[in-house]
Amino acid sequence: MARAAAVLGTGQTNYTKRNEVTLDALVREAALNALEDANADWSKIDAIVLGTAPDALEGVMMPELSLGHALGAINKPIHRVHTAGSVGAATSITACTLVESGMYDTVLTVAYEKQSEGNAMWALSGGKSGGQGAGGTFAPWIRDYIARSEAPEYIGWMVAVKDRKNAVLNPRAHLKLPDITIETVKESVMLWDPLHFLESCPSSDGAAAMVLGSEDVVKASGATPAWVLAHAKRTEFGSFPGRDPVRVQAGIDCAKALYAKAGITNPREQIDCAELYVPFSWYEPMWLEGHLIAEEGEGWKMTEGGDTELHGSFPVNMSGGVLSSNPIGASGMIRCLEAARQVSGKADAHQVDDAKIALGHAYGGAAQYFAMWLCSSELNPDLS
Amino acid sequence: MQLNEDIAIVAMSQTPSHRRYNDSEVSLIMDCVNDVLSQVDIDRHDIDFTIAGSADYLSGMPFAFVANIDAVGAWPPVYESHVEMDGAFAMFEAFVRLQMGDIDTAFVSASGKSSPGNPRHVFPLQGDPYYSAPLGLDSVTMAGLQAQALIDAGKATEEDFAQVVSRSRRSALDNPNAQVAKDVSVDELLAKPYHTAPLRNHDLPPISDGAAAVLLARGDKARELCENPVWITGIDHRLESHHAGLRDLTTSVSTRACAEHLGVADGSLDVAELCVNYSPEEIILAESLNLGDNTVINPSGGPLAAHPVIATGLIRVIEAATRVRDGEAGKALAHCSSGAALQQNLIAVLEGDA
Repeated sequence: MARAAAVLGTGQTNYTKRNEVTLDALVREAALNALEDANADWSKIDAIVLGTAPDALEGVMMPELSLGHALGAINKPIHRVHTAGSVGAATSITACTLVESGMYDTVLTVAYEKQSEGNAMWALSGGKSGGQGAGGTFAPWIRDYIARSEAPEYIGWMVAVKDRKNAVLNPRAHLKLPDITIETVKESVMLWDPLHFLESCPSSDGAAAMVLGSEDVVKASGATPAWVLAHAKRTEFGSFPGRDPVRVQAGIDCAKALYAKAGITNPREQIDCAELYVPFSWYEPMWLEGHLIAEEGEGWKMTEGGDTELHGSFPVNMSGGVLSSNPIGASGMIRCLEAARQVSGKADAHQVDDAKIALGHAYGGAAQYFAMWLCSSELNPDLS
Repeated sequence: MQLNEDIAIVAMSQTPSHRRYNDSEVSLIMDCVNDVLSQVDIDRHDIDFTIAGSADYLSGMPFAFVANIDAVGAWPPVYESHVEMDGAFAMFEAFVRLQMGDIDTAFVSASGKSSPGNPRHVFPLQGDPYYSAPLGLDSVTMAGLQAQALIDAGKATEEDFAQVVSRSRRSALDNPNAQVAKDVSVDELLAKPYHTAPLRNHDLPPISDGAAAVLLARGDKARELCENPVWITGIDHRLESHHAGLRDLTTSVSTRACAEHLGVADGSLDVAELCVNYSPEEIILAESLNLGDNTVINPSGGPLAAHPVIATGLIRVIEAATRVRDGEAGKALAHCSSGAALQQNLIAVLEGDA
């Protein structure tokens, strides 16, 4: 039987452009912050799990080879995960399984991206093969969602405003737009109809890190743990006749597997808050529905009614989300890490009151890769 | 290391090593998928977890790995993962996942096509991007420095390197998947010109395209699927610094540490399939693993005979496991390295039921 694993500590860099540091320094900064938060040092780490995607962005092949030194990995296992945009969450999950397997007691996991050293539009558009970029891929599906759900056009603008207002409370966030309004989002330049400039994620630098450990490690550390209640991943083909890229089966399956493992029967009520991977505004209602938190066609009503605001009934992206900081390879780990911070009461100014169960989520590719986890303040929470 | 579950290889497959395979990487993998599924009574939809190893830099395209899921299948949606590492490391992750005890089977694949690109342009990118990569310092250059360090330390001669090559190429004559197989003497090899002194062309691996796959199963499921499962009784991997100046290039402390951790540092192995990408590496690995005359090294010919990057390490696992499955070896070791000059090393210990 697998044993329990918990997040003992989290670490982040600022997600602004980091011209003053190398990749080594960037990942080490996040790792050191996580070690400090976990009351741990390098000697306690049994294995390291590194994630980033896409590899072509910074021009480094197999970055674990050159970054291992900065991550204290000499003479230790360092494992590298690469699963498109979901990679940060997938990396978190792999690190978790290293602990759950019983093979490693304390694991450091780090994910990063330094967009200032690369060209995301090039890398996300198939490089020399050219392509439409992530926004160009997702915009038609968003239009289809709007048509199907009959959502008003201002829903996307509302998400953009909410997440940027939340980011003002998060000192790590890249974009700080305290004066953003529905009007400024609506008036910003149209990139991929219906997505305006201010409904799109920025190009950020940054690294995120977590220290995970077993129950024994938690007891010995004195750190406030966030227990990983469950995790799940699902993948499907990016394109085939009959695929529904709007309400994605892999996303539904992933959520079902996650909730079943955790004993969640009513996610809307039993989960207190969520960090969802929302790189373009409309993905908030789309994933609320696509992960069975809202009924089909009802997700946008949660946004409209203010439920997803920081002090709403189901807060989403309290940290400001991907819309405010997008170091791509790290973005999924930031979602997982922020879920952990919420349930351990360490989320500072964007803390949700009394958060006991929090969801971290990421997706990638052509909305075809999903990785999710649930953090809990208690090892065996009462879900009734 | 505490292991909760018995995990075995129950089916395995590899493609021939091609100098240039003009079809897609997907079709290479698919051959392995179909071959593995033909060996066991299991439907692809009943496999609990799949994981692939591949490298975008070999394909020359970001997210090239995404296309490879076509070969393994992902509809209905599947539980899967991907590493930008050799398939041996993918197998490590699958092994870890199976240790949780809640799933029974994991499919591991690995694929690489080196032929479309220029390895000497690609592999410097494994170095740090600020200092070594712009200099073009790649695994060939590093292997040359490592070879010279061995000679300078009095640990090996160019003749020793040639002996490794001669034996490997001769062994490959019995390997239908080998790309370079030949009966060639040490003297003939030593008469050839240098490539990167003190290395000659034959001290380097061939440029290859290929794929490999294994199916892992847990406990009773392994026994149900296969008459002679090959148990993975230990697996570990370790990293060394990418700064050559911080290492003793004439030894492999990370390989040694893995072997000690897994209890095989006394060299008590019948077969060792080693990732000898450059001939001097065999001398270093054999010393670090304490291998003596009782251990057959690289009966397949090793990477000097076939080197589909990313699949190479998983092929070592397959070649070693095949000897165990067929009763030729009781205990075998598979080794995989990543990076230049044996920077990162993985070993897996394989044993039969007997």
